[in-house]
Amino acid sequence: MTPYRLRNASVGYDGHAVLRDVRIDIRPGERVGLIGRSGAGKSTLINFAYNAYPDDSALIPQALGLVDSLSALHNVYMGRLDKHSTVYNLLNLVRPCRRALGEIRALLEPLGLAEQLHRRAGELSGGQRQRVAVGRGLYRGARLLLADEPVSALDTCQARAVLDQLCDRYDTALIALHDIELAREYTQRLIGLFNGRVLFDRRTEAITATDLTDLYQR
Amino acid sequence: MSLLASPAARVSLAFVLVAVLCVPFADLGVTTLDPWTTLGQMASGLLTPSLTTVAAPVEAVAMTVAFALWGVVIAAAAGFALASVFHVVWVRGVCAFLRSIHELFWALIFLQIFGLHPLTGLLAISIPYAGIFAKVYSEILEETDAAASRWSPPGSSAMSVFLFARLPDAWPHIRQYTAYRTECALRSSAVLGFIGIPTLGYYLHSAFMQGLYSDAGGLLLLFFALIGLLRWWLKAYLLPVYLAGGLLLLFDGLPMATAGANFWRFITSDIVPAPLREGQFANFPAWLAELASQSIWPGVVNTLLLTQIALVGCGLLAMLLFPMVSRYLSGTLTRGGGHLLLVIFRSIPEYILAFIFLHAFGPSMLPAALALALHNGAIIAYLIGRHSNELVLRADRGRGLNPYAFELTPRLYGQFLAFLFYRWEIIFRETAIVGILGVQTLGFFVDNAMQALKFDQAFALILVTGFLNLGIDAVSRVIRRSLRLSRASDCGPVAAYRPNDGDEHKRSGSNMAVQHTAGANT
Repeated sequence: MTPYRLRNASVGYDGHAVLRDVRIDIRPGERVGLIGRSGAGKSTLINFAYNAYPDDSALIPQALGLVDSLSALHNVYMGRLDKHSTVYNLLNLVRPCRRALGEIRALLEPLGLAEQLHRRAGELSGGQRQRVAVGRGLYRGARLLLADEPVSALDTCQARAVLDQLCDRYDTALIALHDIELAREYTQRLIGLFNGRVLFDRRTEAITATDLTDLYQR
Repeated sequence: MSLLASPAARVSLAFVLVAVLCVPFADLGVTTLDPWTTLGQMASGLLTPSLTTVAAPVEAVAMTVAFALWGVVIAAAAGFALASVFHVVWVRGVCAFLRSIHELFWALIFLQIFGLHPLTGLLAISIPYAGIFAKVYSEILEETDAAASRWSPPGSSAMSVFLFARLPDAWPHIRQYTAYRTECALRSSAVLGFIGIPTLGYYLHSAFMQGLYSDAGGLLLLFFALIGLLRWWLKAYLLPVYLAGGLLLLFDGLPMATAGANFWRFITSDIVPAPLREGQFANFPAWLAELASQSIWPGVVNTLLLTQIALVGCGLLAMLLFPMVSRYLSGTLTRGGGHLLLVIFRSIPEYILAFIFLHAFGPSMLPAALALALHNGAIIAYLIGRHSNELVLRADRGRGLNPYAFELTPRLYGQFLAFLFYRWEIIFRETAIVGILGVQTLGFFVDNAMQALKFDQAFALILVTGFLNLGIDAVSRVIRRSLRLSRASDCGPVAAYRPNDGDEHKRSGSNMAVQHTAGANT
């Protein structure tokens, strides 16, 4: 299978960091971690990857993009709006069918959201909302996971549970993480971004303390 | 830096100056011999209400409700459909035009086509309301968080994305705004009675004309009750019952005569300028010149004079009255009285208020100016007062005039101007319409032309009114933008006129619907 190629001379979104000279390949079966200071361009790169491979990707954006007045269940269901007809979607909006309900409950239970299934997203706490967005990413079921700080609002224990779920379902991924420990634990390769440029791009075990000092204290 | 150096103060002073210069040219005299006796009789009528002459007050109320609800339902459906194509420039233009013409003008037009058929009342309400709904719905949908729909799976049907990612968060605002509009529609429906549609206004008009002030008082109280108790009787689950009942009531035995032929004749012949209709194109300039000098010019001048005077009067009243409902400036008792006063003046449509004052003071611009300033001033005072109650002031704010001048007014002034400029266009539209009561604004000339069966002239005058209205709207937008009084952020978390007070909107923290409420009242 061909790798996902991310190539561009320079990418920038209004108000977001600009990337320069991007050359990143993500090979199938490889989970890549994305680290760097805030403003380094992590979100820009994730969005760039999504725009390059929208059909192959399951996106968990940093802003979550939840619909506050819909239930957690409906928000997760939205991950597969494209798989069904409008009429079927509409029926599920009014009353979720048993199959969707079963599938989504099975997804949300291990994330600790069994109780929150029917609560409106707007009523949930920050950590719960983030897990709903993760649930939507899991339900999407694409080939490539693009996750932008998917566990930033969770404690380490919950974060591990969530990352376990994500890695269980997706063996190919680009995940931005600010927690270096977790990044080392869950990825095979790490990309260090500084000021819109790739500072290093190496196998995780080959990343040294100097690399990290370089990245964060430069 | 002097206070007068601030742009807001300069704009305000300029408007006051213009209004003062308008006064000598406006006819503001009292022409009745003893206005105070008449006013006293009316007041005592309000205190001794009866409903003896109204054969069927229940039917009058039911008719008012039926026209309002069906008008809103039709308009909301059409507006919702239009909102989905509102990005198309000409759709925007058409909607702006539809809402720039007042319900009563639409009613006068349809009266010529359908006669006193229910369609006249229904279309008169639903056409301008559809234009308003289209604009507001599309703004509400636009302002919902776009993130959810942007990140929907590629290839999802547009309808699915709309239903899941857009509509749910917009829905509470749409519902709230539609409920608020229903209240406006009840007022519009009542006012339609003044041109013969059998709603409350019809009976009110005849009671006043016969000097039966107790009956007029009874009808007014009935109207207050209808609006004041709205949130208790207008429930979503009762809506089908009201609509079904309304349908039976509206179309019970009223024949549809020759509407189709009438309609065709009206739009292809009646409203075409006479020289063009008769093929004498050379006479068109003369026709236009005569219309311009006899009707358009005096109508436009008087309408603008009255609008500016009423606008400034409205602003002054609002700044004077808001302390009555502000917790920082008034005690509980004063606030109770203040609320009652403001509720009364903002519940009665300007048109009915103008009619009442006209009855007392005789035909001049004075009653109309009073009515417009009182009604709109009461609305703004209420909104600003509510907003002031949500401010948190320091404990050492002082007493009396000091907090008014130093703490509240400076903080509220931007918001006040925003509301006032939103209402400018509304005041203009109403000013034109009170002409039908005999004040020589554009409505007066429209009504005269209609009665003389010169529909071409009437239609031309209505067009002029519509375009002037669009012009005022544009100027108001420019001023609001240059003073940075723009949109929701400046209109604060005040809840205006909300039938379902205190529902989820306070929590969701949005004030879009509030801003629309302040802006698009009729």
